[in-house]
Amino acid sequence: MLDFIIYLVIGIIFVVGSFAAAYFFSPHHPTDKKLATYECGEDPIKGSWIQYNVRYYLLGLAFVIFDVEAIFLLPCVLVMKSLGLIAFIELAIFIFILVLGLAYAWRKGALEWI
Amino acid sequence: MIFYFLAVTLILSAILVVTLKNIFHCALFLIVAILAIAGLYFHLQAPFLGVVQLIIYIGAIMVLILFAIMLTSRISDRLLQTASRQSIPALLAVIVFILLALKSLDKTPLPAHIGKNFDPILDLGRALMTAYVLPFEVVSLLLLVALVGAIALARKD
Amino acid sequence: MEIIVLSLILFGIGLFGALTRKNAIAILMAIELMLNAVNLNLAYFSHNLSNISGQVFVLFIIAAAAAEAVIGLAIIINLYREFHKIDVEEITLLKW
Repeated sequence: MLDFIIYLVIGIIFVVGSFAAAYFFSPHHPTDKKLATYECGEDPIKGSWIQYNVRYYLLGLAFVIFDVEAIFLLPCVLVMKSLGLIAFIELAIFIFILVLGLAYAWRKGALEWI
Repeated sequence: MIFYFLAVTLILSAILVVTLKNIFHCALFLIVAILAIAGLYFHLQAPFLGVVQLIIYIGAIMVLILFAIMLTSRISDRLLQTASRQSIPALLAVIVFILLALKSLDKTPLPAHIGKNFDPILDLGRALMTAYVLPFEVVSLLLLVALVGAIALARKD
Repeated sequence: MEIIVLSLILFGIGLFGALTRKNAIAILMAIELMLNAVNLNLAYFSHNLSNISGQVFVLFIIAAAAAEAVIGLAIIINLYREFHKIDVEEITLLKW
């Protein structure tokens, strides 16, 4: 209980304190060049609020599915040794079904980068 | 104490999720609400669920929702406004629902806490591999269907 | 006991959002809140009854929520391509 409060207070002080110190001690001389979005030295074109390409979305979508798969595999793999062959077969079916999905995504070019 | 801190954070951020005008801010407060729920899982001695909540909800689903907001909103007006309709009837309906549920909760006898502890990950894995093996395989089928359907929908043809 | 009331209130807030919002993504976020309320309830009963089944069901619900978000957002992106808006009151192609 006490450690929780100590962590909470120190965490808040750390974040607020470092931002406040940066605000009070740093000089403020903004110019147009300084306020521009940093693009590794290139001049930025338009604002940073642009619409993203849908291609990123396809990759994110595949990532979500396989993230859930990994979460399901973790507790099962930990008990596989004590349950023996039957657990191995169950896990193999599970992975096989998802490999079908991966093959579909590959075949349809959702993982390609153009 | 920890529980009440998490509960207040959760309720306040959930209210902001459904009432704020800027949909991008709504998504950010949804992340705060999900973090509070992950904390409650740790409080309920289900640490694996808390970690799953962090990895899947914040690491994957919220990223996807933020993507979709950036893909579909008119970014040029920059405010990403979203409107609400019929707030007062909806509020009345929700209050009636909560009162009814509280009444029925009052009438229901709740069992006392038994206090037997279990291993959070190993028992979960054993349950998934024995009693719940059919739902476990069906989940993989569900994920396959979701992947195929979403790729078929989202590709530009 | 407090957690049941907490998840009830959270469910109510999510229901309010799902009823009142017009933006399709905002409705999806309200539904995520409702799913989380249900998960919280299941985790509480799993803890209280010392029964692992509640946690197994939370895992299944999270998987279903991931599938729902993936498909729902893909549909919303298609809607945006077709109509250039995602306001659920203005997309009335199937309305009689």
